[in-house]
Amino acid sequence: MESGIKHEYIVEATISAIQRAETELPDDVVTCLEKAEQKESSEIARSHLQAILKNTGIARRHSVPICQDTGIIILFVEIGRKISPLPDIEQALIEGVRKATSAVPLRPNAVHPLTRINSGDNTGDGLPDIKYYFNDSEELRITAVPKGAGSENMSILKMLNPTEGDSVDRLVLETVRNAGGKPCPPVILGIGVGGSFDKAALLAKSALLEQVNYMDEKEHALLKKVNSLGVGPMGTGGDTTALAVHIRTAHCHTASLPVAINIQCWANRHATAVVGGDGKWNII
Amino acid sequence: MEYHLKTPLTIEDIESLRIGDVVYISGNVFTARDEAHSRILETPLENMPIDLEGAAIYHCGPLMQEKEPGIWQPVAAGPTTSARMSAMTPQLLEKHNVRMLIGKGGMDNVADSMKGKCVYLAYTGGCAALAVNSITKVCGVHWLDLGMPEAVWVLEMDEFGPLIVGIDTGGEDLFWNIREKVNENLEKNLR
Repeated sequence: MESGIKHEYIVEATISAIQRAETELPDDVVTCLEKAEQKESSEIARSHLQAILKNTGIARRHSVPICQDTGIIILFVEIGRKISPLPDIEQALIEGVRKATSAVPLRPNAVHPLTRINSGDNTGDGLPDIKYYFNDSEELRITAVPKGAGSENMSILKMLNPTEGDSVDRLVLETVRNAGGKPCPPVILGIGVGGSFDKAALLAKSALLEQVNYMDEKEHALLKKVNSLGVGPMGTGGDTTALAVHIRTAHCHTASLPVAINIQCWANRHATAVVGGDGKWNII
Repeated sequence: MEYHLKTPLTIEDIESLRIGDVVYISGNVFTARDEAHSRILETPLENMPIDLEGAAIYHCGPLMQEKEPGIWQPVAAGPTTSARMSAMTPQLLEKHNVRMLIGKGGMDNVADSMKGKCVYLAYTGGCAALAVNSITKVCGVHWLDLGMPEAVWVLEMDEFGPLIVGIDTGGEDLFWNIREKVNENLEKNLR
C-alpha cells in the first residue's frame, strides 16, 4: 500500500513542530518550574522563577518565541520503514526550516564558523542538524529541538580513564559550577556515558528529550547534589540550580570512558509532529 | 532597595546601588553583543553613530520583524550571556562613559574596571517575550551589516525590569560571591 507522504506535508509539519517548540514550553517543564517556585527559599531566585513563568505564559498566549535565542534547529527524525515511496525527506526538512524562519519568526542564527557570515535563514552546511532513526510504522515523526548557545556553550565532553567511573559525579558538579549563571539555570542536564567520542554527545543531547520529572534513583541522587551547590536560577543563588538530570548509557571500548554533559537552559524546547500517509499531520 | 532610573545616567544615579538591589530602567537603551563591542572599540569617537555618554548597554541580540522598510517591531528581546563581553568591557569603559550594563549570568574580572563608574545588572535569561512588553519604541538600528542579533538596536524602554544589581560601583560582585559559596559546597559534597 502506498502511504504517499508528500513533500509539502513534511514541509508544513516541520514548520509546525518548530513553531510549537519555540512558543510553547512543554507542560512537564512548566509544572516542574511551578513546583520549584513554590519551594524556593531565596527571594531573588523566586523573582527569577516568577519572571520565567510569566514569560512562558505570554509566549504561549501570543504565540511568540519564548526566548530571542531561537537556537539552531536540531531535528530528530523517525522514518517508518513502511513509507512508500520514500520522498526526499532531507530537502523537505531544510525547506521547512527556511520557511519557519520567516513564519514563526526565528532569529537568523546560522553563520559560517570561520567567516561568521550569516546565511539569513537558519540553514547552511550541516544545518539543520538532522538525526535519522527508523521504526516499523508508516509514519514520519519530526521532533524539532531548537538549541540556544547560552547553554550549549557550557556543555562539555571528556574522555575519562575507564577506572575513573566514580569521577562522573565530580565532572558533573564541576561543570555546573564552572557554568554558573551563564547557561540560564535552572538547567536540565543530559548526560551521555559510554559509546564513542561522538556517540556520548548524542546520548547526552537525546536525554534532554525525556520527561523532566521521570528520573531513576541515580539521577535523583545526582540532581540533589547539583542543587546543593547553590548556584540558583541565573547564578544569583538559591535552591533550584537544576530541574532534572537524565543519564543515558551505551557500551563502549574497554579502554575508554567517554562522558558528555549537555546543558539545557530552563527553556527545554521541543515538539514532535507526526506525518501520516493520508496527508494529515499533527503535533503530539 | 528598589530604584527606578532613567537614561542617560549620571554617576549620582548609580553610585548608591548595591548588589542585590532591584532596578527598573526607562529611556533609551542600546543593544550590543560580541561583534558590536569589537566595532565600538575600533571606531574613532568622531565616527560613532551613537552617543554612549551615560548610556545603558543591553547585552541582547533581539529578534525583530521588519513590518515595512525601516519600521521594526520587537518580537523577542531577552539578555544574552554577558561573560562573552568580559574581555572587551574594560576597554569599552575607558573609551566611553557607559554607566550601566544589562545582561545575564554575570561577568568575569570586570569589577575593578567598573569601580566608581558603571554598574552591571542582571535580567532573567530567556524572558524574551516578557522583555518586549517594556519596549515602547524601536528608535533605530546601526551596523545592521553585522546581522540582526549583532547590530546595535536603540530601544526606548519603560520600566524595564526587575533587574538585579550584580556588580556595583564599589566593586562588589554578587555572582563572584555566589561562586565562592558554590566552591565551598562543591568540596563539601565530594568529601
